[in-house]
Amino acid sequence: MKGSSFFYCLGQGFKGIKRNKVFFLASVATIAACVFMVGILLAVMMNINFVLKEAQDSVSITVFFDEDLNENEIKEIGKRIEGWDEVSHIEYTSAEDAWATFKESYFKDNPELAEGFAGDNPLANSASYAVYFNEIEDQSTIADRLSSLTGVRKVNQSEVTANALSDVGKIVGIISLVIGVVLFLVSVFLISNTITTGITMRSEEIKIMKYVGATDFFVKSPFVFEGVIIGLIGAIIPLIILFFVYRSALTYIMSQFNTITDAFSLMPVSQIFALLIPVALILGAGIGIIGSSIATNKYIKV
Amino acid sequence: MIRLENVSMTYGDQHTYALNHVSLTIEDGEFVFIVGDSGAGKTTLFKLLIKEMQPTSGEIFVNGKCVTRLKRRRIPMLRRDIGVVFQNFRLLKDRNVYENIAFAQRAISAPAKDINKNVAEVLTLTGISEKYRSFPDQLSGGEQQRVALARALVNKPSILLADEPTGNLDPGNSRAIMEILEEINRRGTTVIVVTHNHEIVRQMHKRVINLKNGMIANDIREGGLAYER
Repeated sequence: MKGSSFFYCLGQGFKGIKRNKVFFLASVATIAACVFMVGILLAVMMNINFVLKEAQDSVSITVFFDEDLNENEIKEIGKRIEGWDEVSHIEYTSAEDAWATFKESYFKDNPELAEGFAGDNPLANSASYAVYFNEIEDQSTIADRLSSLTGVRKVNQSEVTANALSDVGKIVGIISLVIGVVLFLVSVFLISNTITTGITMRSEEIKIMKYVGATDFFVKSPFVFEGVIIGLIGAIIPLIILFFVYRSALTYIMSQFNTITDAFSLMPVSQIFALLIPVALILGAGIGIIGSSIATNKYIKV
Repeated sequence: MIRLENVSMTYGDQHTYALNHVSLTIEDGEFVFIVGDSGAGKTTLFKLLIKEMQPTSGEIFVNGKCVTRLKRRRIPMLRRDIGVVFQNFRLLKDRNVYENIAFAQRAISAPAKDINKNVAEVLTLTGISEKYRSFPDQLSGGEQQRVALARALVNKPSILLADEPTGNLDPGNSRAIMEILEEINRRGTTVIVVTHNHEIVRQMHKRVINLKNGMIANDIREGGLAYER
């Protein structure tokens, strides 16, 4: 397409909107409603995944070592574990730290009982590493690999927690996918109907263009540009509304539900919108392009 | 040149012929009337020439190209060489005269610098220059048909097809439109007029192809006075 034709088609896209204001408003409202629903779904699902990820990140495997290993040898093994791809990070707990934590937990009401162990650490062989991993599904594999290491005495893992979190993650994924697909199909149906109604009113214009020798591409271009403009506006409006809704919801939850927010945190506005903005714009423009192309095709075969 | 070789077009049960084994040749620069009763096949012939329809059998050649075997993506090229005018003008109501005509130039991606010149030229030819800012609803039927003619001519086609161009016009305007068509023909464009208007056909002394039940009933060269319904 030549530069002049490109600007002509773009200009016609804007003029088409000006000439068909009702159709424009109906299409924008339909797209805005769909993008808004997708936005809400995305924000909720992203938060569920965020909370799950936090929970998963707190799950670790504890590794204890043979009694005859000194601290340097234990740390040497720790370095090797840390180098594994599946491992995100490790935390070392020395025998002294372990005893201090134990005393704090079990003898806080009767500290005199702990004094009986003065100078004799009953957990002398309890130096350990807490091994954290990238994917919770890798827990069993990592545990097996740890058990096979020379110098490792015992490996503790919480398989039930890991499996439960992994299953919840999968269920959330499936639910998001199903709701997302249903929403998308409903959106395409609503939007193609709205756009078809608008283009039906302009079928004469399409026919005349075809009679004077316009190519299909040239005929479609103004309608596609129009679809993109409608789609982008239809995406920007719900984005603005979602921004204020999400920010208010976040503030409200933080202030009203302390017990929940103490246990886990919700995604900040910036993180949600870093994904939501491109998704909404691509979705809006995409629906606009697909909807106007489908609707134009009905009249282009003259 | 336009050539139809044994062209048939059937509908529905395959036994109802809109055109029945029609063969004809129209030379470059000719002025031809296609006449006949409703359902005689005039509009079908019109639509076949611009490949809006595909014949059931036979071949159609326009300026050496086989229209029947033309690929869909090549249809715009064919239509750029055939200007079309309709009985009901088919102007875009929301655009003024200038925009209605320039629209045809933009549709073929004509260079922006040529559009003004070409539009002005056809506006003068069709005698509607002073109304270039008016919208279709502000024009009489005759003026609207002049705009439609200007739009059909602005891309400088070698063939002009007019489907009942005087169907909605009074005798005075009909005569004026036919004079413009004659002038266009004198400048070298092949003009084919599908019409019911026997008075005009008689006055014009041009070739007349009379269709009846999808067949050529008679083809009168330099017809005019000789033509009787």
